[in-house]
Amino acid sequence: MSVYRPSVARETGTSRRRAALLAGCAATVLFTMTACGGGGTGGTTNKDGFAQAAQNDGAFTVWVDATRMDAAKLYKASHPGVKMDIVSYDGDANGSNYLQTKVQLFNRTGKGWPDVVFSSQNNEASWAVDAGFAAPLNKGLIPQATLGGFAKGANDVCTVDGTLYCLRNDLSQAVLWYNAPLLKKFGYAVPTTWEEYQALGEKVAKEHPGYLVGDAGDSFTPEIYLWASKCGANHITGPKAVSVNTTSEACTKMAKLLDVLIKNKSMSITGVFSTDFAKNKADKVLLMPGPAWYGGAVFKDGLKTPAKQIAVAPIPQWQGDSSPSTGNVGGGTWLLSKHSAHIKAATDFLKWVTTDNAYQGEKAPGFPAYAPAAENWLKAQAASGYYASDLTALKDASSQVWSEWGSGQFSQEAIWAATVKPGLTQGKTIESLLPAWQDSIVKYAKSNGYKVSQ
Amino acid sequence: MTLTHSSADSARGRPRGTSRQSRAGVAFVAGYTLLLLAFGVLPTCYAIYFAFTDAGGTFTGFSNFVTTAQDFRFVDSLGHVALYLVFWLLSLVVFVVVLALLLHRLSAGPVSQALRFLYYIPGALAGAASVLVWLFMLDPTVSPVSSLLETLGFHTFGEVIAPGNLALLFTIIAFWTGAGGWIVVMYGALNNIPKDVMEAARIDGANGWQTAWRVQIPMLRKWIVYMVILAFAGGAQLFVEPQLLSLASTGVAGRDYSLNQLTYDFAFQMNNINGAAAVSVELLVVSLSVAGVFVARSGFFDAD
Repeated sequence: MSVYRPSVARETGTSRRRAALLAGCAATVLFTMTACGGGGTGGTTNKDGFAQAAQNDGAFTVWVDATRMDAAKLYKASHPGVKMDIVSYDGDANGSNYLQTKVQLFNRTGKGWPDVVFSSQNNEASWAVDAGFAAPLNKGLIPQATLGGFAKGANDVCTVDGTLYCLRNDLSQAVLWYNAPLLKKFGYAVPTTWEEYQALGEKVAKEHPGYLVGDAGDSFTPEIYLWASKCGANHITGPKAVSVNTTSEACTKMAKLLDVLIKNKSMSITGVFSTDFAKNKADKVLLMPGPAWYGGAVFKDGLKTPAKQIAVAPIPQWQGDSSPSTGNVGGGTWLLSKHSAHIKAATDFLKWVTTDNAYQGEKAPGFPAYAPAAENWLKAQAASGYYASDLTALKDASSQVWSEWGSGQFSQEAIWAATVKPGLTQGKTIESLLPAWQDSIVKYAKSNGYKVSQ
Repeated sequence: MTLTHSSADSARGRPRGTSRQSRAGVAFVAGYTLLLLAFGVLPTCYAIYFAFTDAGGTFTGFSNFVTTAQDFRFVDSLGHVALYLVFWLLSLVVFVVVLALLLHRLSAGPVSQALRFLYYIPGALAGAASVLVWLFMLDPTVSPVSSLLETLGFHTFGEVIAPGNLALLFTIIAFWTGAGGWIVVMYGALNNIPKDVMEAARIDGANGWQTAWRVQIPMLRKWIVYMVILAFAGGAQLFVEPQLLSLASTGVAGRDYSLNQLTYDFAFQMNNINGAAAVSVELLVVSLSVAGVFVARSGFFDAD
């Protein structure tokens, strides 16, 4: 029998390894405490509603997505003396959450924040204020006269407790897109009420099967139909408070309407951005409720619908409803960092990019949230020759977005996509899925720290 | 005289060789050790520190663990990962071993070499890229195998990614990417089985099946255990597949599917770094425990 005896050398090795590990942990703890300390550097000045870092004349940094790159480049070209660095990122598209992720990291390192940033989402204020990133804009930085020029309700998504923390880039109010030549050929009139809309869908299913009066397959489906219907699924009542009621009359009525049209196949559930829709349904669109950006992004660029076919009408309303309402899908926002050391230059850019006609009125792909620029934008769209009607409905709808559907920190689109869409795919009705939708919204809201009332 | 000389030579030779070998070994290991400390040990200590403190640096005991476990997605994601691991580990052990054995029977011919290369090449695609390839494969509208998908009853992408299919889909994606390397490793391990053992088995009348089952597979045990340990750790950290699927389906499937996605959400969506660290530490503890069990029960470090 042999007994293993650790040698002195081995014991020493073990001791050395243990010591090294302890040293490593100690160093880690020290580093951690230093990082957590993260004291402010340099003096700050309280002005325009927040503590401002010492200012200097260096280049300010602006983050934009690919679509808004044109805006940043145009500003740089038309303001030769301005020093700015342009950084491209994904604009938080498709729920990527990139901006929030980066800001949390910058908060830990104490540097790296962009001075101005565009986001394609309109719920950034829900976290950017608590994160200490977004600067207040209506306490002196942006003149009230300018702020008053935005469409009614446009900047609601940027407002927390009466303070404005971002500026809306564009609006995405929902309207009723339709194929004018096709409608005429079939002898149909544009519906003005949801009841007429449903009746038309039923008629289309009988007389022209395969043609579509809408689509309910995207994650933003509820923001078109249910928001327009005044469904109380997402009423943000405070910075961290939400009222959720997905089974109210307004929700149920619209769910039933959608279910009828889905069942008779005059409404698709594949989603307008799916490969299937582009391949098999592009030339079958008769009517399509959808946001302002459908004209360019879906019909012109996505489905390649030829010119002089697509027209726009007001979104239908329920019979007897005296206050017209519509939904909204997206519409980006611009935020200014309260950490900026170039606030004057950054603010000038922010004001220009959201209001100036050179970009918003002439080049922007979306409906400007700033009303004077929107007037010019509509003229430019009409002059482009693509549409088969005037676009007055877009302007009217811009002030009709129902105000009781909010933009919380949790993503309503992600909840609908994960909770309702799989059920739809399996053949369930939207009405039968409303309770599960309620349950899911409540869970996500609470998980994100919201107080929920039902 | 001769004996003395021989002994003297031997004594002189051994110390020099031993010394040189020791120095070379230290040099080779040093680089790895530095990387291990910088990217393995220190981050682990950092995470452990965060897991037991709050945002202000105050010690909080198990508070972070309790809070995160109470999130409504925690149990679901635990179940998802557990189911995925069952599929993943079973498919890996069974198919990798079988394919390696079949390869080995092809001897050293060109067919075997070609197949080894073919099996290995999918692993050359970086993780995210291979997932994107699969997203195209799984969409009936654009897939090169759309007829197969149609035959299986899938007509739209939404049907393919129904919740009940996800564990199997992620297994297929992970297998395609990761199994090839393991097949090559197992093939190498099979080559290490002494020829005389194989000849003895044949002399005793064992056929191909019996040789595989009673000789080759038992002698592969340590390699299989090694594969399972690493695959378990990797599988428990499932992230890329569900995350990319979530983006590709605009949130329909794959969001909040795995524990690592929940960790990511705690860290960056909810600004709860401490909660994220707690879940990460749990994953680490589970993986280390499973590895420990496998090592202990398989005699992994016993000398043959």
